[in-house]
Amino acid sequence: MPAGTLYRGREGMWSWVAHRVTGVLIFFFLFVHVLDTALVRVSPEAYDDVVATYKTPVVALLEYGLVAAILFHALNGLRVIAVDFWSKGPRYQKQMLWGAVGVWIVLMVGALYPVLGHAVRDVFGS
Amino acid sequence: MSANNTVADSSAGTAGSGGSTVGTVEGVSPYDVDNPAPVIEPPRKRTAKTPKSTRGNFEMAAWLFMRLSGVVLVVLVIGHLLIQLVLDGGVSKIGFAFVAGRWASPFWQVWDLLMLWLAMLHGANGLRTIINDYAERPNTRLWLKGLLYTATVFTILLGSLVIFTFDPNIR
Repeated sequence: MPAGTLYRGREGMWSWVAHRVTGVLIFFFLFVHVLDTALVRVSPEAYDDVVATYKTPVVALLEYGLVAAILFHALNGLRVIAVDFWSKGPRYQKQMLWGAVGVWIVLMVGALYPVLGHAVRDVFGS
Repeated sequence: MSANNTVADSSAGTAGSGGSTVGTVEGVSPYDVDNPAPVIEPPRKRTAKTPKSTRGNFEMAAWLFMRLSGVVLVVLVIGHLLIQLVLDGGVSKIGFAFVAGRWASPFWQVWDLLMLWLAMLHGANGLRTIINDYAERPNTRLWLKGLLYTATVFTILLGSLVIFTFDPNIR
């Protein structure tokens, strides 16, 4: 293991850590997702069977987590681009992070019903 | 020997007497068109014998690719999430018939193909960076990257094949 994995802490380092973690999670899901989609070349039944697991309440929670990871990675990625290419980017990197987190929270609240609504109805009936 | 002594003595003499020849920091330059300053060879000047760089600009290209593909992926992936998970009943409507309906249109075929390639290459390059950062033994790096590249090529080819050969009347 590399010695000392803590850099400078604070917003800059932790957003970088979160970017890495969410990136790896998304990439591993992508492998699974291409494989499950490939089942459309096997048979409609094979595909529908696997997609049925995506509609269960537990996997709906994982989907909400996936949406959270993707939205953070996307918003923070735009911030990284602004830091790299905008002359004032490095000066406002902190403000841009909190801006990204703010947008992320709004979008996550917005995704609550569309992504988890059916799971709530499944678990609690009607 | 005697000539050298003469030169040293004469320069010391001028400096001591407050003259301003070679060695003056302030004031006018001691050099002019008729008496130019000596040329100093740049320490790392490239010559005909300098070996050509074998690395090229790959890392810069990879860095730029992450940003360009990132911007495109924001649009492609968030659009994909909206269609698959939010609009028209969310995940509940997804099934073979839904996939067949979307891939009947070349627009969504191109969308999905572009998303597949960009996302896989973006993710593979990200993981390559992480392997470079954390795997220290050369053998570990070699094997992890070998596994990464194999899985990436396999997944890109499989996904492309599925999009290009999709058959709505498979049964």
